[in-house]
Amino acid sequence: MSFLSVRDLRVHFPTVDGIVKATDGLSFDLEKGKTLGIVGESGSGKSVSTSAILGLHRHTNAVVSGEILLDGVDLLKISDEDMRRRRGRDIAMIFQDPLSSMHPYYRVGNQIAEAYRVHHDVSRKAARARAIEMLDRVGIPQPDRRVDDYPHQFSGGMRQRAMIAMALINNPSLLIADEPTTALDVTVQAQILDLLQDLQRDFDAAVMIITHDLGVVAEMAHDVLVMYGGRCVEYGSTKEILTHPEMPYTWGLLSSIPEVDADPEAKLVPIPGNPPSLLSPPSGCHFHPRCAYRERVPGDLCRTVTPELTPGSRGDGHLKRCHLANPEIVYEQEVLPQIAPDLVEER
Amino acid sequence: MFAYIVRRLFIGVILLIVMSLVTFILFFASPVDPARFACGKNCSLAQIEQTRKALGYDDGPLTQWTNFLEGVVVGRDYPDDPELRKNAPELIADCAAPCLGYSRVNQVTVASEIKEAFPVSLSLAILAFIMWIAGGILFGVIAAVTKGTVIDRGIVAFSLVFYAFPTFFIGLFLLKFIAIKWGLVDVPSYVSIGEGGVGTWLSNLFLPALTLALFFMAGYVRMTRAFVLESMSEDYIRTARAKGLKRGRVLYKHTMRAALTPLVTMAGLDFAGLMGGAIITESVFNFNGLGKLVVDANNTYDLPTLIGLVLLLGAFVIIANIIVDVLYAVIDPRVRVG
Repeated sequence: MSFLSVRDLRVHFPTVDGIVKATDGLSFDLEKGKTLGIVGESGSGKSVSTSAILGLHRHTNAVVSGEILLDGVDLLKISDEDMRRRRGRDIAMIFQDPLSSMHPYYRVGNQIAEAYRVHHDVSRKAARARAIEMLDRVGIPQPDRRVDDYPHQFSGGMRQRAMIAMALINNPSLLIADEPTTALDVTVQAQILDLLQDLQRDFDAAVMIITHDLGVVAEMAHDVLVMYGGRCVEYGSTKEILTHPEMPYTWGLLSSIPEVDADPEAKLVPIPGNPPSLLSPPSGCHFHPRCAYRERVPGDLCRTVTPELTPGSRGDGHLKRCHLANPEIVYEQEVLPQIAPDLVEER
Repeated sequence: MFAYIVRRLFIGVILLIVMSLVTFILFFASPVDPARFACGKNCSLAQIEQTRKALGYDDGPLTQWTNFLEGVVVGRDYPDDPELRKNAPELIADCAAPCLGYSRVNQVTVASEIKEAFPVSLSLAILAFIMWIAGGILFGVIAAVTKGTVIDRGIVAFSLVFYAFPTFFIGLFLLKFIAIKWGLVDVPSYVSIGEGGVGTWLSNLFLPALTLALFFMAGYVRMTRAFVLESMSEDYIRTARAKGLKRGRVLYKHTMRAALTPLVTMAGLDFAGLMGGAIITESVFNFNGLGKLVVDANNTYDLPTLIGLVLLLGAFVIIANIIVDVLYAVIDPRVRVG
């Protein structure tokens, strides 16, 4: 049994227009000390799924079903109060925009110490000392002075460091980072990713990192889960997914990454069309309206039948959701020459 | 911060001087001749001129205005007539600095008129303020927390009713039924704390204050609800929940702190406006407050009283503005440091 095991997770939002299926049948596993990258476009259900793990959805507007087993305990079955006590202590989260994620009226140290005091019966002074220790740990200079600053006095990178300090202050065993570097400068991004990797080694936490940047995934994640329209469309080890993807959507993601040292002849190919509506998603495979390869599948299968998650051609835990026959050959012969001709020559 | 307050006060004084000038100009620009009005229908031209002199409207508007400003600084005698001073000094009213003027209509200095009416309006405004802030925030937060339920809709609908009904209707309704017909409380008439003690003061103020409070409360319920809901969807509230804070703590420490800041501005200005703006309520309950004084002065073309009240109420709004801005800096660290 894995440390975190999510089975058939569904998050549905009933609205007057119908049910919005933000997450529709998501399953994955994650071990301690490992990192899972969740990749997908905006609106593909990444954040909604992780919010469900943290129990942040309100019962009044969201219907969450399935299983979220953390260390053998199903988080969807325990009481709200029990979930609240685990939140921040066992599971912590880092958010996308560190400025709006901190309360503008309270001192940084105050907010970090608060996270500690909810779960530990300690004095203000002890919590403050702990906050300073954590600020030091995440690399904030002069932490004993900066602890009394307000969030707006911090730079973007420092704010995200402070958010990380807040998340890690209770030694959580699962850390969810929701696009932790999206709002930051490129140089700061690398620092923050380094810090996260560093801390993960120290704390031996399981980390889920949500991103739409495959570069971040390549750097950080052991496993990758690609989401599209609320579903997992490809899942496997990072190396496998990045070198032998078997789903046209993943190909699309790979071909949209600009690279500094790429062959100048390589084309940057955007995926045509828009992300699917979660209210009335396309029939069959959600990706079929934007897929360049659906003509290769006989019998209009892509439009009529939803493909199951099936093992990829190379096995080894690689799962893909696609009707296309022999995708590995299509990738090698047609996709790769287009997006990375230099790689083809090497092979 | 101190320099800031001094600067704001200085600007406020200039603003008040301009306001007094504008009031003078508007008064004399009106087609009604105050002397003719005071003298009555069958006055001869000579009688009107005599009345004009008696009322102090014989000088040009600008001269009167500079005299007024001089009076504010050094004080004035009414009438400023050396002959009269020699013959019948008992007829001269002395108005010490800062002299806001002397109402010849009411035969008293404006300062003593204000002294009379001010405690009434202040008591009314304070009590109404406490009631509407407490009620408005309480029901607004309850409505926001129970958004979409029967409780929320009930509160919103109920507050809309009070918002829609005019103050004179609610005032008369309360007076007629609660005080007169059912006799639940005495018919209110203002009694100061000095005369009747806190209990009597409160019980007499209750109905008129409630009348005012219900109207303002309705607006504050709606605003509090909107601000709290807006704040609840902020990222930092999600952070607070992700920390594992209890629901109550997220609400009062994180959500309310941010939601109530804009209310400070509104509350401060509404309070200042209420000092002279409770005209209808004061009339309904026959309280001789500042609002009623303004209306009476207006009806009798009593320029000195009007000027005095315009400046007083203007000063309230200016001071309230300064207090609100200072409070803002206390509440929001981004304003303080930046």
